[in-house]
Amino acid sequence: MRPPRLHLGNWFGVLPFFVFSSLFLIGPTLILAYRSFEGLEGGLTLDNYRQLASPGVISAYGMSIRISLTTAILGGLFGFLLAWAVSLGRLPGPLRSTTTTFSGVASNFAGVPLAAAFIFTLGRVGVVTRLVESFGFDPYESGFSLYSFTGLSLVYLFFQIPLMVLVMLPALDGLKRDWREAAENLGATPGQYWRHVALPVLMPSILGTMILLFGNSFGAHATAYALTGGMFNLATLLIGQQISGDVLHNPGLGYAVAMGMVIIMALSILIYSILQRRSERWLG
Amino acid sequence: MTISAAPLPRAAEPPAAEAPAKGNRFSSWMIFLVVGIYFLLPLAATFYWSLRAEKGKLGFEAYRRLFSDTGFLPAFSESIVNAVAAITLSLLIIVPTAYWVRLRMPKLRPVVEFITLLPFVIPAVVLVFGIIRLYGRPPLLLTATYDSSRVLLVCVYAALSFPYMFRSVDNGLRAMDVRSLTEAALSLGANWVTILRDVIFPNLRVAVLSGALLTFAIVIGEFTIALFMAQHTLGPYMANLTRSKVYEPSAMAIVAFAITWAAMGMIAYISRERKHR
Repeated sequence: MRPPRLHLGNWFGVLPFFVFSSLFLIGPTLILAYRSFEGLEGGLTLDNYRQLASPGVISAYGMSIRISLTTAILGGLFGFLLAWAVSLGRLPGPLRSTTTTFSGVASNFAGVPLAAAFIFTLGRVGVVTRLVESFGFDPYESGFSLYSFTGLSLVYLFFQIPLMVLVMLPALDGLKRDWREAAENLGATPGQYWRHVALPVLMPSILGTMILLFGNSFGAHATAYALTGGMFNLATLLIGQQISGDVLHNPGLGYAVAMGMVIIMALSILIYSILQRRSERWLG
Repeated sequence: MTISAAPLPRAAEPPAAEAPAKGNRFSSWMIFLVVGIYFLLPLAATFYWSLRAEKGKLGFEAYRRLFSDTGFLPAFSESIVNAVAAITLSLLIIVPTAYWVRLRMPKLRPVVEFITLLPFVIPAVVLVFGIIRLYGRPPLLLTATYDSSRVLLVCVYAALSFPYMFRSVDNGLRAMDVRSLTEAALSLGANWVTILRDVIFPNLRVAVLSGALLTFAIVIGEFTIALFMAQHTLGPYMANLTRSKVYEPSAMAIVAFAITWAAMGMIAYISRERKHR
């Protein structure tokens, strides 16, 4: 055996990791944070943050928040139901592994191909749009558009639902059979069991994952960009328009919008991990 | 955002629960079908569209055109090289770090774990502008040429893979006796590089595969960062295609879906194999 090393020597083992993370994750974020306090003519100022209250920025944030809330709630609901159906709902076993693998695929199938798939399905000349038209109903005449709040939400659900399924399945597996049997022995109906035992135990996990979904949708850029060509009022798209756009060009404001976004994402991940830890007490 | 695997078949409930069980099964099927239709419809529609490139008949013309498009193969191969480079780089950083944290610095673990989760906190569109701001001008000018930008892109992708890579490597390390293996190797006179290369890594091969495949699936079609760094990879190519062609994009979407499916299918297969062993 070698003699025990100096305590300081231990740090060399993790040095590359910290250097690399500083160069490519922490450093770039810190420089944006710093530049977000810089005015158009240089000098430190809060102007960029004051401009966050301008109508354009507020409406972009508003749209991002609306879409994220909607897809977090709907994605959470349908994801939970699907996870429940394949885990406790007595469906044939293979459906569960198919659902798991498919959820892995769909939750990573975001971006350009996802946008393209929905354009071919529900775009102006999409296959389903045409099909519905052939029954004498034109969805685009009746106010539907893929390139709107509704359309974008519909597309986002394609990666939101599977993420919910992937996180909820282990949680549902954590429900102990004893609890159900104990409840039944005490004369509880299945409804009462769910209301008073299962749902309260699952609630932190459900809420936490829905907050995770919120962040997941809030930070999504590629799908929205590919679907709308970047011409949609969304916080992620606004960053690009302000920093590298020709029409709107105010990098400082773009950096401030970006910082606002990082703060919202950090909060959602933080709340998620707190709630997840709480639920592990019961379900771990 | 991990992939949980392997179905656990549940034993049948006691007969007392027979009556509600039927209702249960019906509603499960309903949920499964409704959600299933939502997921299959866009895929089916896209596939159908991709078969219609030739007037009057169904065929694979769109795929032929896609593969013979002059832009496709260069973008595709560039993305593959980037993905493999990012995975390798990520492994070179994460394996020693996770090993060292487990062996010598368990107290540092929450810090390391927190940093590996940063890609979930910093959206890609924010990170890329931070990168451009930091490396787009002296003294750290790296975006001056296409190739140096590409190196930068690979580094960013490696950083993006940290959440997946750290978790799968750490899970792999948990499954082996790191301390005994290290002490045995040290007493045989091995140095740290030898230990990592010949003792730890071979035992991790299966564990890192899932992290590597997940990274591959994410990086291969990555769009946002490649777009703003003006890289000619698959993501921006696909976006261009969607704007300029009618049938090829549908074939492209199906191919992209197949690639993602292949990666995820392999992960599911590997983890199932491991559970059964």
